[in-house]
Amino acid sequence: MKVHVNIDICLLHGQCVIAAPEIFSFDDNGDLVWVAEIDDSQVADAEAASDACPEQAIIIG
Amino acid sequence: MAGPQITIVGASLAGLRTAEALRASLPDASITLIGDEPHAPYNRPPLSKEVMEGFAGGGMSEDEAFARLSLRSKLSPDDVQMRLGMPATGIDPNGVRMADGTLIPSDWVVAATGIRPRRLPLHGNESIRHVLRGFDDARALAPMLRPGARMVVIGAGFIGCEIAATGRKLGLHVTLIEPGPQPMLRALGTRVAAAMAALHRRHGVTLLTGRAVEAFTPGKVILDDGKEIEADVIVEALGSLPNTEWLTGSGADLSDGVLVDDRMLATGARNLLAVGDIARFANPLFDDVPRRVEHWCIPGFSARRAAETIAAQETGAPQLPGFAPLPSFWSDQYGMRVQAFGAPALAETQTVIEGDLSQIGEARVIIEYARGGALIGVIGLGALPATIAKHRARLTAALSPKENA
Repeated sequence: MKVHVNIDICLLHGQCVIAAPEIFSFDDNGDLVWVAEIDDSQVADAEAASDACPEQAIIIG
Repeated sequence: MAGPQITIVGASLAGLRTAEALRASLPDASITLIGDEPHAPYNRPPLSKEVMEGFAGGGMSEDEAFARLSLRSKLSPDDVQMRLGMPATGIDPNGVRMADGTLIPSDWVVAATGIRPRRLPLHGNESIRHVLRGFDDARALAPMLRPGARMVVIGAGFIGCEIAATGRKLGLHVTLIEPGPQPMLRALGTRVAAAMAALHRRHGVTLLTGRAVEAFTPGKVILDDGKEIEADVIVEALGSLPNTEWLTGSGADLSDGVLVDDRMLATGARNLLAVGDIARFANPLFDDVPRRVEHWCIPGFSARRAAETIAAQETGAPQLPGFAPLPSFWSDQYGMRVQAFGAPALAETQTVIEGDLSQIGEARVIIEYARGGALIGVIGLGALPATIAKHRARLTAALSPKENA
């Protein structure tokens, strides 16, 4: 499964980093970074992160 | 064998997420999602901020505005039966009663009816008085927000402050009237609320605190000190009331929202659950006092929990005890993000641990909130989430032990 973040609409709420810290994190500049390719065991966390995004910027699939 | 009939009343964030979680965990269930608004589920926070700005500024059509709000769903059209544009009016042992008298037979009912704005019990100026909760409210208000217009916002909670900030950005003259001593006082505490008051004033808002509206005369708002304020548009932002009248007679405790246990089951009622803004639950991260929490994150948390509960009861599978979501909320005003974690509203003390509140809006400020000497919340003003993350980690560590208490 692929994780896509539309960084144009991301407003850095950081909710994905809380919901799925193994997939989403902030780098030293404060920018969002994420694992682009996840395995099946991570899909539930990724979807929880997608649901937690107030801007609906995360698409899994 | 046919699965259970589950009716979710309320087709906003909480209702939609409940339907999605139920569809995933109970494939045989027959799910109906009822909404009183004619619109498909949509996201409300941008209504007072960027969508209102685009909408009122003329750069965004109604369709474009709604497209920005529309909630993406994992459901396909066959997954749930959607009944939009009609409210539920009651509940009885067989199901949910609709406004047209029909009954939707239900084994389980999930109440997700949310809240509505509280109105001032005063007559006058009806044609220019607005509230802001739904898309239709925004659609009515947007054309009134013209540059140079005089807007009076009554109530300086988050919605009132956000629409005041948006009004200033759009070039309106804005007067913000708050009965309490500071804007957003309960949520932010005295020092941060005072700093936010300064921020609004610096951006040209006439903020009148400690003042109530006594009357309306044509084109004017009359305050309790006799002051008269001319208004082209008035926004009432005085908090909210839970939409629970339809649950009267269900046996549930409706004294403020719907009292639920840690599984989202309504106390005193049978097979009734409540989620989102109306769910009044105790959060063991803090104490055993049930509270309604009107943050955007709660619908998602409570929806998943409610779906787990119904699935566990239907399948006989065990359910883990405890519901202890970490609350968070945000607001955007004058391009500055207010980001909170935990429960600052329950704090007794506030400590600025980074920055200086006199620099609000110019440099980042981080504030820790404590109760009984223990960390209970953190707020960042104009701070990137990455810079708040380490404080949030400290907060999570400070709050966790009580889960086992």
